[in-house]
Amino acid sequence: MSAVADTHSQEHHHGPVKGISRWLLTTNHKDIGSMYLIFSFAMFLLGGSMAMVIRAELFQPGLQIVQPEFFNQMTTMHGLIMVFGAVMPAFVGLANWMLPLMIGAPDMALPRMNNWSFWLLPCAFLILVSTLFMEGGAPNFGWTFYAPLSTTYGPPSTTFFIFAVHIMGVSSIMGAINVIATILNMRAPGMTLMKMPLFVWTWLITAFLLIAVMPVLAGAVTMMLMDINFGTSFFDASGGGDPVLFQHVFWFFGHPEVYIMILPAFGAISHIVPAFSRKPLFGYASMVYAVGAIALLSFLVWAHHMFTVGIPLAGQLFFMYATLLIAVPTGVKVFNWVTTMFRGSLSFEAPMLFAVAFIILFTIGGFSGLMLAIAPADFQYHDTYFVVAHFHYVLVPGAIFGIFASAYFWLPKWTGHMYDETLAKTHFWLSFVGMNLAFFPMHFLGLAGMPRRIPDYALQFADFNMVSSIGAFMFGVTQLLFLFIVVKCVRGGEKAAAKPWDGAEGLEWTVPSPAPYHTFSTPPEVK
Amino acid sequence: MRVHAKRAIALVAGLLLPAVVMADWTMNMTPGVTGTSNEIFSLHMTILWICVAIGVVVFGVMFWSIFAHRKSQGYKPANFHENTVVEVLWTIIPLAILVAMAVPATATLMDMYDTSESEVDIKITGYQWRWQYEYINDDFGYFSGLSTPRDQIENRQAKGENYLLEVDNPLVIPVGKKVRFLLTANDVIHSWWVPAFGVKKDAIPGFINETWTRVDEPGTYRGQCTELCGKDHGFMPVVVKAVPEEEYAAWVAEQKAAAEAERQLTEKDWTLEDLMARGEKAYATACASCHQADGTGMPPAFPALKGSQIALEDMNAHIDIVVNGKSGTAMQAFGGQLSEVDLAAVITYERNAWGNNTGEMVTPKEIFDYKNQQ
Repeated sequence: MSAVADTHSQEHHHGPVKGISRWLLTTNHKDIGSMYLIFSFAMFLLGGSMAMVIRAELFQPGLQIVQPEFFNQMTTMHGLIMVFGAVMPAFVGLANWMLPLMIGAPDMALPRMNNWSFWLLPCAFLILVSTLFMEGGAPNFGWTFYAPLSTTYGPPSTTFFIFAVHIMGVSSIMGAINVIATILNMRAPGMTLMKMPLFVWTWLITAFLLIAVMPVLAGAVTMMLMDINFGTSFFDASGGGDPVLFQHVFWFFGHPEVYIMILPAFGAISHIVPAFSRKPLFGYASMVYAVGAIALLSFLVWAHHMFTVGIPLAGQLFFMYATLLIAVPTGVKVFNWVTTMFRGSLSFEAPMLFAVAFIILFTIGGFSGLMLAIAPADFQYHDTYFVVAHFHYVLVPGAIFGIFASAYFWLPKWTGHMYDETLAKTHFWLSFVGMNLAFFPMHFLGLAGMPRRIPDYALQFADFNMVSSIGAFMFGVTQLLFLFIVVKCVRGGEKAAAKPWDGAEGLEWTVPSPAPYHTFSTPPEVK
Repeated sequence: MRVHAKRAIALVAGLLLPAVVMADWTMNMTPGVTGTSNEIFSLHMTILWICVAIGVVVFGVMFWSIFAHRKSQGYKPANFHENTVVEVLWTIIPLAILVAMAVPATATLMDMYDTSESEVDIKITGYQWRWQYEYINDDFGYFSGLSTPRDQIENRQAKGENYLLEVDNPLVIPVGKKVRFLLTANDVIHSWWVPAFGVKKDAIPGFINETWTRVDEPGTYRGQCTELCGKDHGFMPVVVKAVPEEEYAAWVAEQKAAAEAERQLTEKDWTLEDLMARGEKAYATACASCHQADGTGMPPAFPALKGSQIALEDMNAHIDIVVNGKSGTAMQAFGGQLSEVDLAAVITYERNAWGNNTGEMVTPKEIFDYKNQQ
């Protein structure tokens, strides 16, 4: 492996090539990381604007802005774009930028595949978004695309949606192979597995999850493709198929998928909290084991999304117990973070603000997850706004705040400039208030009986929906501020030192800021 | 802080809301009216308080650190980074709490799954976008769909008290008896939910799911479909009337007589005018949500009937598609859903409404014969 890395660095001792071909043909992990991050932010704004349409329609009872068919397209596309276009690529972008820097490698192990796995994504999303303009409209069956609503009853554009999912899957699997190959083969001498930074650990485990479940998703959509176009009946009861089979296959992918979206954030938070507490991470080993345990358990709990489909009592009990078990390793992680802060020397720059909010709000999302795990109670919560509140608490202050925290933490390393701290704190507080205003009332709506995925609702739900919409608009508009902060930081600002955070640890802080185009041509020694 | 937040929210919303909206600020689940729903409610409250307690401890420690251990106040960091005893403890204690929680949850679940010894059996079938209730012991059944006028939904009329939670024909069940529901669906997956009963079960094509309830208080209980089932998923309420036993018996007798009268209508001699009048009503409930009240449809998923080949040309092809549906599309087989009278009326209506002036009609008798030939 070192032979490959050496020739690579000799051929490219110059800087990046000029013009568009730099981006089209690049094999540089930093360029590719930046492209992933920019792409994911663009998708975040697109998916977010769809959320604004949803919240505008739900501002008041009655149909005002969009018709139900279009509303369903919005909820579907919002979910798909946020999951596959915003959150997952953002973490791949962070991995590209940071993994080689953290393990002292000159680049990713498979740079050309890296380029290919990025450029597949814009193609996939071009196809997906183009369905909005097709006859019959975009996919309208929810991001979970349950058959037979998505097969026999799906719009003509469903086949394009399936093709887009296939391409995304190929991209994710290649990205995951790259991450595993890099981490297992290219660590600096002396960096044993149990000395790896936690972001590296969480991404290693995430990559294995991706390789395990993306093919399952590909299988599910391929069966749909056959049902729609080639006359099979995998999911069509009238042809001897089984609609519930779809849900089993989908959630066998879907549950590990939610950990794919959160584990890298766990890793990043495990760097940021010690850095701003000026105290080593509490319980490194138990953090690693907890992530491993969560990943293993994530394969055994899929049917907790299906408590109302009529699985047998024994099945209900098994999936309830297994789901409750996940709370144990997750609790360990939260306790470790809090103990890391305890008796530290804390300061609250933007990365730390996002990290602390992450811990608190993700824990609240975990609590509602615990409630949902109680199978009998789930009969009341299932498919109501309580569930919507739950997964947005896990994904917005979980995954998204994790990404913001990481972005502010490493922006000085990427750009060589400090970002504007006042603006960043404003971004945090507006996001924090907006997000809670948008999603906390959804718990109440769900408990009061409002089903999810409806374009119009009964009058007793009116007040909290209005509050929620106001919060959502506030959160949405605030994200433009983030764009402004990043652009400002790229263009100039106070020069950043190699290690701009006094409590930060790790190899990435040993290279200058901005990180040179090629780093670690000779591997550093880790003691 | 919560109180202040609530006040602030109430103030903002109070300024924005028109006074006519009859909303409320219910924040918690309600206990409901059945044994099951009460057990669920107490599980819900238990786990909620456990979460609150854990939250108070964990966030308490965190906020203590945030306030007391600040760099700006010159606090010097400690350097500890592991403690096996503490780590083992906070693995085992949550585990114990979870086991304590799983025990009552298991008991409730076993009770919810016990559908034996029911006294009334009702088959519930989900359709896009209404419910069919069949009283299998008494040999009658009917459809139940949204009755909120379109004008209220489109904001041309003030919204009524039970906006979107009202139906033309509610499900009627006797109080104090164990009622078993058998759920299935005709097209896509639906889910039948009445929060006050603590009953929610998916209605899945090709499957029959079972659940049950026993309601002790007479009253009208409202719920909705909770599984995304297409464009009118939000407009598919569930309304259940629980009535005293004598009232229930009288209602069943009345329904059986009405079903018999309906069967006899097939024999009657129908005129074009009669069929058109009945057809307009049947079309509005069975067809208009897709093909639209004015027959223009929503192409390409739901084709127009106005000026269409099907409605203007070969009568047999028209009868065939209405009775048997068209596989691979959203067009359902209505042969089993509608009576012969309604089938004849709908087909006649479609051939003569909106300028489709064929002047042709088909009688219920002819439909009856058509079905028997198959």
